[in-house]
Amino acid sequence: MKSAVIVFPGSNCDRDVFRALARFGLNPSYVWHKETSLAGFDLVVLPGGFSYGDYLRAGAIARFSPIMREVVRVAEKGIRVLGICNGFQILTEAGLLPGALLRNAHLRFVCKYVWVRVENASTPFTAALGKQKTLKIPIAHGEGNYYADAEILAELEAGNQIVFRYATPDGQVSPAANPNGSVANIAGIINRKGNVLGMMPHPERAVEPLLGSTDGQWIFQSLLNTN
Amino acid sequence: MKAHVHVRLKPGILDPQGKAVQQALHHLGFRAVESVRIGKLIELEVAAETREEAEALVQQACQKLLANPVIETYDIEWVDAS
Repeated sequence: MKSAVIVFPGSNCDRDVFRALARFGLNPSYVWHKETSLAGFDLVVLPGGFSYGDYLRAGAIARFSPIMREVVRVAEKGIRVLGICNGFQILTEAGLLPGALLRNAHLRFVCKYVWVRVENASTPFTAALGKQKTLKIPIAHGEGNYYADAEILAELEAGNQIVFRYATPDGQVSPAANPNGSVANIAGIINRKGNVLGMMPHPERAVEPLLGSTDGQWIFQSLLNTN
Repeated sequence: MKAHVHVRLKPGILDPQGKAVQQALHHLGFRAVESVRIGKLIELEVAAETREEAEALVQQACQKLLANPVIETYDIEWVDAS
């Protein structure tokens, strides 16, 4: 099992996710965005940050980095792709995931722990979860307000593609638990094929007790187990 | 040739930025302002032989990068005298 962490100019969670991947035996390497090959990797991670300073729209410019052509190609082949925060924004801009991420409804940058309810525990990213239904994982974003029109939303629901929803610690999905205005409390979605996941919360920041939560580990454990 | 590309959020998509500005305007006494929506103005200078060629090029640029069709619309205004 080998994983690639794509580094764009302005990525700033690349080291954190590298560390988490290494901790769970996913053998990470950094891949600079100007590279053009992902041969030999079983998992590709687009980390959080502010690629290209979020200029124009978050993820809009990174999406045309040379490596992205290869990311699209390997995603089509079925290689797993995980986009976290800015990585999620890049995946929507690239058309690998539907919808878009808008500015938070209250306009503030939010950086805090949230709880997400796992809606689909049969993906390669969530399969190790077992009985645990809510995860405590931090978010840190100004543009995490997931938007999709009614048609796309219905498709996501029907295909069981909504993987995480913002919820209370006991798993109630409610407007009060929604930190950014996302439609249907969506915190993470997967593509129809089931190999490309985008999520706003940062699992790599929740893998050590010292940091306040270890719930992020389940994402990495799942990826290891389902290899 | 000079083009102004106006990028706007589609109608119906929440514009928190516009809402915050509207509230600020109300606090300042501009109570008659009933709605504010904020878009982007992108100024382009294009080297092309004809307006048609330039138009096609800018259309492509809008569709590929400058606007996100999921949430935005755009229009192109040519601003130089021709």
